[in-house]
Amino acid sequence: MPPLTDQDWIDRLKAADNSTALEDLRQRLARGLTYALASRIPPEQLDDSVQDFVQEAVLRVLANLDSFRGESRFLTWATKVAVRLAFSELRRKRWQDVSLEKLLGEEQGLEESNSVLTDPAPSPETQADMNMVMNLVQRIIDEELTENQRKALHAVMDSGMQLEEVALQMGTNRNAFYKLLHDARKRLQQRLAKHGLSSEDLLAVIDEQQR
Amino acid sequence: MAGFMKLTPISLKRLVRVIAQTHSNEIGCDECWDHLDQFVDLELSGKAAEEALPLVKEHLILCIECREEYEALLTALQAMENDLPRV
Repeated sequence: MPPLTDQDWIDRLKAADNSTALEDLRQRLARGLTYALASRIPPEQLDDSVQDFVQEAVLRVLANLDSFRGESRFLTWATKVAVRLAFSELRRKRWQDVSLEKLLGEEQGLEESNSVLTDPAPSPETQADMNMVMNLVQRIIDEELTENQRKALHAVMDSGMQLEEVALQMGTNRNAFYKLLHDARKRLQQRLAKHGLSSEDLLAVIDEQQR
Repeated sequence: MAGFMKLTPISLKRLVRVIAQTHSNEIGCDECWDHLDQFVDLELSGKAAEEALPLVKEHLILCIECREEYEALLTALQAMENDLPRV
């Protein structure tokens, strides 16, 4: 049998009796997800989790068939839907009992003790350059960013938590949160440029100090 | 949560790195998602996805979540196409 075209898939899934098409789709998504998630789910739970994700993904694909624009192959699009669903669920489970506020409190202490233990002894000049960079960037953060941007930056830089989860705990979504961070990075970049500094210049100083 | 951000040497370096990769025309996660299937199909067919969709490529470098989903999608499709045996 020749491979199914995208239109075949759509027609079969939209048909009154779509049971064979659904089963085909389920099997393919299950195979793909099993591979894609093998490193993220314990082996004894993998099959069951994949079946749950596939079940829900098929429903979502059916509900959104009309939004398939044909810019990719149908199966690629359907798998994308399944992957997003699986990852959202895995992330939600991973972080469900973790508080952002608590992570930030712990991380602060950890970083301070780490830097005491592992800092090499840089030359006084390098240390002076580093202090200057640190003070400058800190001042720019304080002066240039909004309260919300500072919070967001602090959360992603210092919590170790994923963007999507930080976004949820801050009452927003991943896309809006990414944009908030992007605006913050851009403001910092522009302000550094006003001081005649590029991030490459700063990295050179930081790398020198941490050598 | 504290409304301020106090830099440490580690967070300073992390921050400066991401500032170095910041472009004014970056796309967000939603737009990346809209084109992700197309991007992956181009890659799988051996075409230059990053030339066709440079902003998607750029976003994938900066956003860990989108990158994870991209890698998983690629792995899933490769397994489906090559008809790999079940793990």
